[in-house]
Amino acid sequence: MTEAQMLKVRGLRTTFRTRHGAIKAVDGVDLDIGYGECLGVVGESGSGKSVAFASIMGLVRPPGRIEAGSIMFEDRELTTLDPREMQRLRGKEIAMTFQDALTALNPAFTVGNQIAETIITHDKSDGSKRDRIRRARARAVEMMTLVGIPDASRRVNDYPHQFSGGMRQRIMIAIALACRPKLLIADEPTTALDVTIQAQVLDLIAEIRATLGMSVVIITHDLGVVAEHCHRVLVMYAGQVVETGPTENVVAEPRHPYTSGLLRSIPRLNDRNARILPIKGTVPEPINLPDECRFRPRCPMSADGCRVPIAMRKIGHDREARCIFAGDEP
Amino acid sequence: MHLRRGRAVNGYSASSEMLVEVRGLRKHFDLRKGLARLVSGQEGHVVKAVHDVDISVRRGETVGLIGESGCGKTTLGRTILRLQEPTAGSIFFDGQDITRLNDAALKPLRRRMQIIFQDPYASLNPRRTVEEIVGLPLRLHENRSSEATRERVKVLLERVGLRASHIGRYPHQFSGGQRQRIGIARALIVNPEFVVCDEPVSALDVSIQAQIIELLDNLKRELELTYLFISHDLSVIGYVADRIVVMYLGEIVETGTRDQVLDNPCHPYTQSLLSAVPQLDPQSRQARIQLKGDLPSPMRPPSGCKFHSRCPKAMKICSHVKPRIYSVSAGHQAACHLYEESTR
Repeated sequence: MTEAQMLKVRGLRTTFRTRHGAIKAVDGVDLDIGYGECLGVVGESGSGKSVAFASIMGLVRPPGRIEAGSIMFEDRELTTLDPREMQRLRGKEIAMTFQDALTALNPAFTVGNQIAETIITHDKSDGSKRDRIRRARARAVEMMTLVGIPDASRRVNDYPHQFSGGMRQRIMIAIALACRPKLLIADEPTTALDVTIQAQVLDLIAEIRATLGMSVVIITHDLGVVAEHCHRVLVMYAGQVVETGPTENVVAEPRHPYTSGLLRSIPRLNDRNARILPIKGTVPEPINLPDECRFRPRCPMSADGCRVPIAMRKIGHDREARCIFAGDEP
Repeated sequence: MHLRRGRAVNGYSASSEMLVEVRGLRKHFDLRKGLARLVSGQEGHVVKAVHDVDISVRRGETVGLIGESGCGKTTLGRTILRLQEPTAGSIFFDGQDITRLNDAALKPLRRRMQIIFQDPYASLNPRRTVEEIVGLPLRLHENRSSEATRERVKVLLERVGLRASHIGRYPHQFSGGQRQRIGIARALIVNPEFVVCDEPVSALDVSIQAQIIELLDNLKRELELTYLFISHDLSVIGYVADRIVVMYLGEIVETGTRDQVLDNPCHPYTQSLLSAVPQLDPQSRQARIQLKGDLPSPMRPPSGCKFHSRCPKAMKICSHVKPRIYSVSAGHQAACHLYEESTR
């Protein structure tokens, strides 16, 4: 890809050392996010999708460790960034929201306080402390209005438990957006929500992306969400990226057997009589994974050639898949 | 493998087409404690989790019950099974009124109706082996030797896609999908006719979800089961159900065959629900019907039609008159004032 990328990750490897051995939660992930782009990251539990982005945010704690790779955010290398600088960047330039808004928010502080905290932390302007607090409070109300919380000036003094699940997810988005980050990473933003509320939250993210011109990553297990909201998709399996490309093409014509398997596993409302075809077996244990295609034991196409490490293969100019049967050349 | 013995051998016959019939069922929860129940009014303290619900399940069909969290679908399923005591209304199982049966009278019926729970982690006792967990219903309902029970547990384990050799293991040694299979084996070991599947795949990953849906579907055909399938996922319901029942705040807002409800949703709530489901295929996407606001508190539901506060088609009448259930076409009903004329 030649156009300028906001985020460029190469060979990212994050490992958790445990009594039972090393868990390669993220094992050689490459990814790019362009300006204004919405990237969907899909994978089942244990695929490493959340750990990959926690690594990018610098949020991996021991026994987890980034062992290799480079994370370039614009012109800065994040893996070697000083922790204080990383903190300055986090929240201000890259922000993240988490799946479970109830545990991510602090129950002992009002939501207004929690939104204002981010703003004050990153507010480098002059003025008295009082001024800065007043400004931050005003901005908190503004953010709550932006994310569609009715009666924001009153509700700014409410505590998290006084909000519904959808409203809490909005508050978390408000906190994430408070400093107008360039990149928003939304980890399962709607998994805990009902479908009508899910639609509201996703449409809100899309709207804000358009108005603020930021880039968005949506981490999800729901391919439907990706299909409706993301320009490009990254499919992860057992710590690796197995397929990437423009969402429409990947959904219409998947090139990795895991992606095809996922798509065939989903019942479709518009084609209700088509049988679903489950992928057999289960996700491999993350410890001591063999050096071969990780999907091989479950793959309907597996062959002898799959028993070696498989590299990503280019398909056309904008797609890649980690399968010996994919790729332009045989 | 013949798990289902002939109906006649079991001592009951296919006497009625309706296996489950529920009329005017109510399940209210009073949130006040002690004396407060006597002195204060009900207003604002009672959750009408299920309110005046009629639902019937024919023998051999799958009824899909859909609604968002807090709409009362789980409570309805549990109340039908008498796992919770109904506040009012009546429940018929195979023609017999079971609403007020005592435990002793209910026991022989319990084996004919079972439940599969949502959470495969919380619903299995971590200190019991698979043999004890799956064999328990059999020990409660039949006087069998432990040897015979063990053999039967092994048969069931293989039937749900586990191995007979798993019999001595504990729940933590299994993945989420495997645990759900254990829960299914436990429900089916007593040869039930009616099974309430309460969000059986919601906690599972996509690829595992498909495995369990297929398993439940195969078991239903082979064992001639009847399902009440509860889910918040319209795609799953659209796949498994013959008929669909839509709930909102404790009441049924629409019922019909699967295709009637999905192809021609009549209640504005069903319409917005359908429009909100993310679609994989670009050509099947439709304009999203945005609902205003959140689900109202079940303690203080809106007056009139409970959906009027969020309804994009709300009329004057909706805020103060509760709609009757109107018939839209044969077998297709909606509780909405929009259809008032069609019944006149």
